[in-house]
Amino acid sequence: MTQKTIAGKTIELNDEGYMVDPSQWTREIAAEMAGEDGIVLTDKHYEVLEFLRASHSKGETLTIRKVGKSGIVDIKGLYQLFPGGPLKFSSKYAGIPKPASCV
Amino acid sequence: MTTNTEKPLKKVCIICSKGTIEDVYATLIMANGAVMEGIEAKVFFTFFGLDAITKKQMNRLKTATVGNPAMRAPGGLPFPTILGILPGVEAGVSAMMKSQMEKLDVPPVDEFLEMITAGGGEIYACKMAMDMFKLEKKDLWEEVKDVLTVGEFYAMCGGENTQIIFT
Repeated sequence: MTQKTIAGKTIELNDEGYMVDPSQWTREIAAEMAGEDGIVLTDKHYEVLEFLRASHSKGETLTIRKVGKSGIVDIKGLYQLFPGGPLKFSSKYAGIPKPASCV
Repeated sequence: MTTNTEKPLKKVCIICSKGTIEDVYATLIMANGAVMEGIEAKVFFTFFGLDAITKKQMNRLKTATVGNPAMRAPGGLPFPTILGILPGVEAGVSAMMKSQMEKLDVPPVDEFLEMITAGGGEIYACKMAMDMFKLEKKDLWEEVKDVLTVGEFYAMCGGENTQIIFT
């Protein structure tokens, strides 16, 4: 576990860079984390992040299939928003734990 | 002192030669898991594995109820092989497998293949097995990228940090 200052706030991160406390999340933190990976967040990205945060707070197990059925973006679009890690990266920027699902 | 020289996996080439629910899903889960991690995936379906990409069969796969000692009745009770031969048992067990997977948000075969190709994964069919089973390209799922010989498939499996997986 490490502490890091992101967007002017001190945030707790686990060894893989995921936020430990989702309630610390802000849009600015998401933008800065994504920026480090070379991704510029658009409104569509934020819609996905908000969906993931809402699902996570309800205790749901997240899958790309669920995001694909959310009406926000299809699975192909999700890959385009978060290249190389549609669920892994989006969960990271959404300030929720790394997904524990194989789908 | 040893240094960590591990390099991350870049590409997986998966060969699926069997057509039961569990064999096909093992392939699909590994291929989908790869593209979700940013790993390139190429999947080659051959022999009975072709059922998974044949329009008529792809959503009608079954689990064998005979000769599978690891299959137990709900609650862990033994499931004698002799029960497996009764009419309807294979269909019932297969339906149960599918409903259990649906609960985990694992999709039907056609939708699963779409998820893999949406992530850039590529699906191929084996030419020899197609000839053997008298199948034509039109019998296959539309997004099958090509019908290949084994040599052509191997030609795609080059490159650093590539693994071939046979299921």
